[in-house]
Amino acid sequence: MEKRVLFKGWILPLVLIAPQVLISAVFFFYPAAQAIWQSLFIPDPFGLSSKFVGLGNFEFLLGDPFYRASFVTTAVFSILVTLCSMIPALFLAVIADRLIKGSGVYRTMLIWPYAVAPAVAGVLWLFMFNTRVGVVSWYLGRLGYDWNHVLNGGEAMGLVVIASAWGRISYNFLFFFAALQSVPRSVIEAAAIDGAQFWRRFFTIVLPLITPTAFFLLVVNVVYAFFETFGVIHTITAGGPQQSTTILVYKVFSDGFVGQDLGSSSAQSVILLVVVGLLTVIQFKYIEKRVHY
Amino acid sequence: MAQASGMVEKQGMGIWLTHVFMILGVLVIFFPIWLAFVASTVTQADIIRPPMPVWPGDQFFINYRNAIFSGVNVPVGTMLINSLIMAVGIAVGKIIISLLSAFAIVYFRFPGRQTFFWMIFITLMLPVEVRIVPTFEVVAGFGMLNSYSGLIFPLIASATATFLFRQFFLTIPDELAEAARVDGARPMRFFIDIVVPMSRTNIAALFVILFIYGWNQYLWPLLITTDPEMNTIVMGIKQMFPSGDDFAHWPTIMATSILAMIPPVIVVVSMQKLFVRGLVDSEK
Repeated sequence: MEKRVLFKGWILPLVLIAPQVLISAVFFFYPAAQAIWQSLFIPDPFGLSSKFVGLGNFEFLLGDPFYRASFVTTAVFSILVTLCSMIPALFLAVIADRLIKGSGVYRTMLIWPYAVAPAVAGVLWLFMFNTRVGVVSWYLGRLGYDWNHVLNGGEAMGLVVIASAWGRISYNFLFFFAALQSVPRSVIEAAAIDGAQFWRRFFTIVLPLITPTAFFLLVVNVVYAFFETFGVIHTITAGGPQQSTTILVYKVFSDGFVGQDLGSSSAQSVILLVVVGLLTVIQFKYIEKRVHY
Repeated sequence: MAQASGMVEKQGMGIWLTHVFMILGVLVIFFPIWLAFVASTVTQADIIRPPMPVWPGDQFFINYRNAIFSGVNVPVGTMLINSLIMAVGIAVGKIIISLLSAFAIVYFRFPGRQTFFWMIFITLMLPVEVRIVPTFEVVAGFGMLNSYSGLIFPLIASATATFLFRQFFLTIPDELAEAARVDGARPMRFFIDIVVPMSRTNIAALFVILFIYGWNQYLWPLLITTDPEMNTIVMGIKQMFPSGDDFAHWPTIMATSILAMIPPVIVVVSMQKLFVRGLVDSEK
């Protein structure tokens, strides 16, 4: 789509677009190019010079069991976060949709966690499950279950998944609720008159109609789990124990800033770039489809 | 829509059961926030002897005063101001540069337009987390570590807002621009008198989204603010935990957590309609 009415001149538009282009160039394109360039070198231990290794960093990474483990960790983490945030959200949205009065009040209450930063959410959940003072871990102890996410990798993963999914329930709820509200009532009523019970109506009519929203949320939540959960992991587990919660983004940080291994960290950035690119393509393909839908 | 939804089975037990489920859901979702609030109103002694109380204590003013004016490394009041400057800076900065560039792209034809368009387009989805090391080096090279500009500028290099404004500008009727041109109005007059006022709902919705985005940043402030005086509140909470085996001072930490969530929660709840609209629009 293009405008038919245009203003003349080309100096003014260049001036107008300059701030964004400049900021993108300095803080986006240059660093991204740097990441690609650095990924081809290995700096010596003193940082005085670096040796060109071509794709050596990538070869090393793909053969590195820790990096491959991090890929698996990221996959498990993203799938769990997506499921744990979408299913409760859908359930709550279906209930809220059944209410004529009061759904606004519930919605206001349910929005809250979305506003809570992932890092703050991490601190809240860490407090509840803290091995010494946590309320939940204390009650679990009374029930005979010895909770210790500091030592147990599975429990650490569980905790970062819950803390990451928590705020997303609000987000997904808003989208599911909006989608449910736009399902034509006449269709549902017709099915009700035909004698279809609530859950039957839900699975045969409503769910197919809200699939576009569900698919959209699936992609968005995976992107969230990949890139925006750094705060949760850093506050709760710092990637441990034994790297059991080190997702890819966390590894870029820990190798680059803590381990000072710039070549490897840059190569990891480039791999993530490719992952983001793929996710973007999926998202856009899908969005185009949704426009026609 | 709301009235019409009453047509299908809304009588009797069903509706009460629905409310019960809803309230249970809200309680479960709310529990972590409630617990944090309770912890911010009791003494450290109440907390380190689990289980901690479930109802608020009487230390509210003492804990919050202590957090805001002394904190652990740095007064939380300072961190709140830093967060506010960063969040507002990112929101306002992003809105201004995107309004200008979207206006240029929609209303002008100029050399390199397509190239610039794609340049901005590519920045759409790459989060700062992926390019942290080189971006850090750029910012350090400019001497912008521990500065507000270092906190703000790298995070406004993204195109979401530009695309949103572009989409909106394309829906502004051509007659308006035509009339302005016939009247001999300069492009910037048209921009200031017509385009910006017409975009105010979009601007407000974007402001809500971007404010929260900026306020909730964690990794970037963590890297570039080595001076505690420049810490933002969201990243500063983690710095309040002792490194050794000591007990963290939970009442102060929890008071800080509550303070860290109040501004975004106020923004989200008070501008709920705008927020939902902004959210749905910016994800389209």
